[in-house]
Amino acid sequence: MISPYPGLPEFEYIKPASLIEASRFLAEHAGQARPFMGGTDTFVRLRDGFWKEKYIVDVKGLDGMNDITFDPAAGLTIGAAVNMNRVIASPEVEKRYPLLAEATHTVASYQLRTRATIVGNICNASPAGDTIGACLVLGGVLRVHGVDGLREEALSAFFRGPGTTVLKPGDIATAVIFPLPPKGCAARYIKLGRNAIGDLAIVGVTALGYPDGSSASGYRFRLALASVAPVPLVPAQAEAILAEKPVSEMTIAEAAEAAMQTCTPIDDVRGSARYRKLMVRNLTKRAITEVWEQVGRR
Amino acid sequence: MAFHRITLTVNGETELVDVPSNMTLLQMLREKLVLTGTKNGCAAGECGACTVILNGEPVNSCMVLAVECDGAQITTVEGLAHDGQLDPVQAAIIEQGGVQCGFCTPGILISARALLDRNPAPSDYEIRDALVGNLCRCTGYLRIIDAVKDAAQRHNIAVA
Repeated sequence: MISPYPGLPEFEYIKPASLIEASRFLAEHAGQARPFMGGTDTFVRLRDGFWKEKYIVDVKGLDGMNDITFDPAAGLTIGAAVNMNRVIASPEVEKRYPLLAEATHTVASYQLRTRATIVGNICNASPAGDTIGACLVLGGVLRVHGVDGLREEALSAFFRGPGTTVLKPGDIATAVIFPLPPKGCAARYIKLGRNAIGDLAIVGVTALGYPDGSSASGYRFRLALASVAPVPLVPAQAEAILAEKPVSEMTIAEAAEAAMQTCTPIDDVRGSARYRKLMVRNLTKRAITEVWEQVGRR
Repeated sequence: MAFHRITLTVNGETELVDVPSNMTLLQMLREKLVLTGTKNGCAAGECGACTVILNGEPVNSCMVLAVECDGAQITTVEGLAHDGQLDPVQAAIIEQGGVQCGFCTPGILISARALLDRNPAPSDYEIRDALVGNLCRCTGYLRIIDAVKDAAQRHNIAVA
């Protein structure tokens, strides 16, 4: 039930001094404790009674989580506490990962993005998460601190269902890491909302394309779809079509049709399943065409 | 539920406050410090009526815990005017007729101030983009956007 009272339910605020202490606390209080960053999803879920955690664990500011760094060999590392406005304003992101800035800019509003984080968007695991598609097609890997220490989780196998991931009690995502983008790539995120900016996605389509001598078509495309399945969806069949057949208007239409067939959307307040399916086809076609116009010309 | 003692600066004044874990920055401002200019609208980070400046950047104060603000610098709508002089965004929104019921106005003034602090000469698109998170059900927005443009011009004339 949605409470008319603006306050949050009772919980204890915990601020551990180290990642080890934080992971231990979260593991010892499994089911009762939850880590948070900006809290833009956490507080709404608590207030509306969907989450009933007894302990809210503030992990901002622990061990390098506030840094955004670029290394010409290793790529881009965005600490879990780096807010979205900092990602958009980063010169390295603008220059080398413009897709990330484009997708992040479609999230809510400036003041919400002062608090919201990319890693939070990933861990919240909403199928509608606007930045997740960009993170997937850019080959993102999550760095996770658990009770057994640090490990990495590829985003391609991270999502299990709406709001559920492979993370276990005690796990804290500390950063998301992106390898160097493929040479000569171009990318687009097209978001369909009920209004031009600020709303959640009815459908979101991310497309990234690049020349690749090892594929039959000479190109490879990576695609991700938002809000049309229980998890952020990679339409593998559509990607395969674009790698195998010479890229043309017809091939792009065929890939878009395949993307539509892959998705399994639901009816909700933002749009019907049928509308979403048709929009996946149309917007996938548009996104691939726009990317192709840039990549094919190079 | 535990209480936490925090020290923070609000509109230039140092404040020492005891806050429970679950108190939002919005509740602390309104209920503990009686700074009721900041409004509670949706309490979900969508309407922007509760916008304040936290360490130089605008935030929805309903989406921030008070306890997270230990050591923070906060500006609310009460802190915009100085020495009896309205901030240019305040003067402009009055003159341009950008206020009707007024409930969204404190949040809009804060978002506009924060925009002009980071970008003193915003384009129309940049103004609209910066105000996406501030809903207004009365004005239709056009006069608010005119007011922000007007405030930017006043500021730039004053600097030049």
